[in-house]
Amino acid sequence: MAKQGWDEFEIGAMLRTFEGKIEDIAGTNQEDRAYSQNSSFVASVADWRIAKPVFNKDFCIDCQFCWIYCPDVSIISRDKKMIGVDMDHCKGCGICVEVCPTNPKSLLMFPEKADEETELAAWPTKNKETI
Amino acid sequence: MAFDKIQLKDIEVWDGNHAAAQAMRQCQIDVVAAYPITPSTPIVEGYAKFLADGYIEGEFVMVESEHAAMSGCIGAAAAGGRVATATSSQGFALMVETLYQASGMRLPIVLNLVNRALAAPLNVNGDHSDMYLGRDSGWIQLNAYCPQNAYDLNLIAFKVSEDHEIRLPCMVHQDGFMTSHTAQGVYTLSDDAAYGFVGEYKPMNDMLDFEHPVTHGVQTEEDWHFEHKARQHNDLMVKVMPKIQAAFDDFEKLTGRKYNIVEKYDMDDADVCVVCMGSSVETAREVATEMRAKGIKAGVVGLRVIRPFPFFEIADALKSVKAIAALDRSSPNGAPGMLFNEIAGALFNTDTKALLSGYVYGLGGRDLTKAHLVSLFTELQANVDAGKVTTSLQQFIGVRGPKLSFL
Repeated sequence: MAKQGWDEFEIGAMLRTFEGKIEDIAGTNQEDRAYSQNSSFVASVADWRIAKPVFNKDFCIDCQFCWIYCPDVSIISRDKKMIGVDMDHCKGCGICVEVCPTNPKSLLMFPEKADEETELAAWPTKNKETI
Repeated sequence: MAFDKIQLKDIEVWDGNHAAAQAMRQCQIDVVAAYPITPSTPIVEGYAKFLADGYIEGEFVMVESEHAAMSGCIGAAAAGGRVATATSSQGFALMVETLYQASGMRLPIVLNLVNRALAAPLNVNGDHSDMYLGRDSGWIQLNAYCPQNAYDLNLIAFKVSEDHEIRLPCMVHQDGFMTSHTAQGVYTLSDDAAYGFVGEYKPMNDMLDFEHPVTHGVQTEEDWHFEHKARQHNDLMVKVMPKIQAAFDDFEKLTGRKYNIVEKYDMDDADVCVVCMGSSVETAREVATEMRAKGIKAGVVGLRVIRPFPFFEIADALKSVKAIAALDRSSPNGAPGMLFNEIAGALFNTDTKALLSGYVYGLGGRDLTKAHLVSLFTELQANVDAGKVTTSLQQFIGVRGPKLSFL
């Protein structure tokens, strides 16, 4: 956010979420919304994360549990299909992994620097003991 | 309008509380969030009754504390409503944290502060301790001397406060009991004339404008906080006084009642004067006139606007006088009184050689009698005759025990 002088911003401890007027915001995907520079959506908090979720679409049943439980609205889902994780806003809490009901899980936590392709190739198989 | 109007007589017998409640009714406040406290209770009680009787379209929110009352007002004002409340003393003290939120968020809330002493010892009567507590909070502060003023200044407060160039909350002060519970004749405006003067509420950055979503009450650290506070101070210093003067001018055109930022009484040729606030102004005026019959050219300066402080207007009002008494109705607790300090600051770089002395009086509702003022004016004249302040710079008036004076 640009550092403006005392006379260069709107009065009040007030920030606008969007540039200009909005219409049907609920029907507009996040990437298509005109977020203002004041909205936290434009800021990346990726460097807060020390562990990251990796999504494996081969096992996902699109149950939307992760989408519902994510405290940072960082699960990207379109038309009730799980697309992936918004890695600019995910803080690596692991709740999505915890609530994932598939076997094996469709989301697993790995160290931040882990290679996604490698981890997907080595994805665990079905665990029969926990069924 | 989907509510009933009240046919008022040209003059009604109202105390200050009822006058404020009637003004709130006529302004059609959308939300009052309140936690009643003596002596301001009848203001919010009055609003609640008008609302229950169908004379207002609004909401009365009963809350669990004064902190919650002002918080409710802040939320309602941010949502985009015309908002007011009333409090006194301890309740006001509990509001303090939220007062700074209201002014920093630039929300035009009107707070009727019926002035009362602060404990301990607990006391329900009038002094200006709570008024002084609020003076750095970034609010505009208007000062009523009588029920008529309380009525008029409420209307003026909304007009100034809600102006889009101002957007700062405003306190209307009246003295607990002396003004709030003393019934006097009050010249009224019709409901339509009063509402017409204040005007329809024009929202700004309101949360209920869903096409322009806003976040109110944001956090800023060392990179932004200073700019916000600087802007608020700038607007208080630069923009508010002209708007108050414009509102006073409009009000005079409408009613014939003239208000001034600094109220001067017999000051044109005065040698000695007192500067004070609240109901004491009227007592001092009466005594000043009597002093003139005794050959002492006495005058009175009353503050109508406390914040922003009328720095130049005070200096101008006092430029020709020879001795000044600053009367503070709040214990300074280890310093000269606020009025003494502010007046000294306003006069320091001017050519005046006026002798300034300070007096602390009336704590906890102790009367300021005419006899007190007679000896005060006499003392000021003695200072003029001696060419110096003959007493200590700070004296207590009307307190029992050995004479108390300092500095």
